[in-house]
Amino acid sequence: MSAAAADWLPSASVTASGRPVLSTGEVERNLLPLVDLEPEENPGLAPLRACLLALTSHRLIFLHEPSRSARGLPLATVVHAYPPHRRHSHNPLRSLFSSSSSSSSSQHHRIRLQISMPPARSEVVAIVVTCKADVDVFFGRLLEAIRARAWEVAPVAAPSSGTPVAEGAAPAEDIAIRMPVVGVSGILRMEQESWESAGQNLQDAFQDLNALMSKAKEMMQLAEKMRLKLLMNSSTESNSNDEEMGSKQDMQDLLLSVGIVSPVTKETAGALYHQQLSLQLADFVRIPLEKAGGMMALVDVYCLFNRARGTELISPEDLLQACSLWEKVDVPVMLRKFDSGVKVIQTKTHSDEEVFARISSLAQKPDALQKGISPSDAAFTLGIAPALAKEHLLNAENKGLLCRDVSPDGFRFFINLFNEIDAQNIYSQKPHGLYNAWISVAMASH
Amino acid sequence: MQRLGDFRLPPFFNYPPYFTLQPVRETREKQVQLWKDLILDYCRSQKIHTISLEEDFPLFSNPKIERSLSHEAKEVFLAALVSEGRAEWMDKGHKKCLILWLRIQDWANFILNFVKDNGLEVMTIEEIRSGIDTRGTELEGIDRGVLMRALRQLEQKGKAAIFKGTSADDEGVKFSV
Repeated sequence: MSAAAADWLPSASVTASGRPVLSTGEVERNLLPLVDLEPEENPGLAPLRACLLALTSHRLIFLHEPSRSARGLPLATVVHAYPPHRRHSHNPLRSLFSSSSSSSSSQHHRIRLQISMPPARSEVVAIVVTCKADVDVFFGRLLEAIRARAWEVAPVAAPSSGTPVAEGAAPAEDIAIRMPVVGVSGILRMEQESWESAGQNLQDAFQDLNALMSKAKEMMQLAEKMRLKLLMNSSTESNSNDEEMGSKQDMQDLLLSVGIVSPVTKETAGALYHQQLSLQLADFVRIPLEKAGGMMALVDVYCLFNRARGTELISPEDLLQACSLWEKVDVPVMLRKFDSGVKVIQTKTHSDEEVFARISSLAQKPDALQKGISPSDAAFTLGIAPALAKEHLLNAENKGLLCRDVSPDGFRFFINLFNEIDAQNIYSQKPHGLYNAWISVAMASH
Repeated sequence: MQRLGDFRLPPFFNYPPYFTLQPVRETREKQVQLWKDLILDYCRSQKIHTISLEEDFPLFSNPKIERSLSHEAKEVFLAALVSEGRAEWMDKGHKKCLILWLRIQDWANFILNFVKDNGLEVMTIEEIRSGIDTRGTELEGIDRGVLMRALRQLEQKGKAAIFKGTSADDEGVKFSV
């Protein structure tokens, strides 16, 4: 059953790899797999089954993974959340009304929510957790999110918090009457003063930190806003000159690399960490991959991804695990291991044939016929990293397209002429063909 | 056209990858084939019967493009000749290689035709290797071991009889044409 059935809830958009799309300032808080949403008192509302539940600062998103559809329940509509409990059966009416499938879930944890539905109607729904997950942690996060009321915080309002408190505290200290430092009471007073000032320092320090964090959020919002504006501009003003476009492109790249607003973390995703990380990574690498010509070294992706995540860094093992999970889900990217052991991420549409064609034409240029090509030559022409270029060259060699020349000058590749040479008559040269082209270049050089 | 002494070198002798042992199977097969042919042609034209891997061999390096074969490559190419019966290792360490630009039985036929054409019946071994009759022919300087094996093959077919002289290096052969 896809999430489309529950049309009493607003639908939520989903990324290409099946992660919920978050709105500006929305941050993921926790994830629960295999969750049902059952309306408890109104049989007219269709339930949701076997969804991934993502708790964000703004919504409860029920994501039906097989159909990649989702419904979002805004936290703003939650009037009250009841602590999790196993299903109770004191209400005989419910057992009458509830469907047969829900009665089997009696051993599951339920979190009942009282929600207000437009127009001025109240419903009770239950989040039924059918897997073994830490429901209490989830409930804790849910309460936090409801109390934080992040949806009410307008993006512009953020800067005012934090800073004024520290300023206001300073003058109060100045006018405080200082007691003479005499006797035991004086010592005690001094002790207390030093305690108080230490406490004040600590508080100030944390306030600074909070201010910094809220500033950071602001910066991210600013960056995102500028990016969108640039996007809009570039689509409308197609007649602007190249230089301007170039600088806009640079600016956009800069802003894009500012970061992922809501990175998947071990804390929020729990057991679903690697799976969700894998999906987020798939969404993330799409754009850098396109720019890099469809293939990137895993190391480069690691750096880019962690840079985008800011402080929520992941380990190389996590990245590798996230990549290896791609095999099991339908995402447009894949992990590939070359014979040499070099691992890369490439789009599934990336074709080696195209690369081979480009390498082949590169190796047939007069200069390359004579001196061969090095990995850095190929890297320059193909616009990729030298390590990757070398992999492509080795691959082309494997296909019989190139052959190698190892000398004190280094490791170079030549277009493969061995198959062009007539073994029966080694002195002959066909009037046409690669071998002939090579001979004329080689003769001219010596 | 590049030459090595009076030997005409093929154009691909200036192709740098020709001097690097190719790791890809199909490419290497073709490379080995080209080297086998070139070694045999060169040895035959220069009347070279043995190649020592320890010493410089003019064919195995090309100063013009500053490339030369590695020891491994030399051994691979010679081993390919050995496996076809066109060469033999002369020691267990594979340091010296006997090149048979004619196989033993081809040598036997060659000798038989030679004596037929020249109306010769009795020759000593040394006469065949360095006598006036064989001067300038491919028999000049033939490896003694190769010659004896070819003659013994003829003997088995009843085309020749080897007889001993007074000393060991004074053997002779009588051909029955």
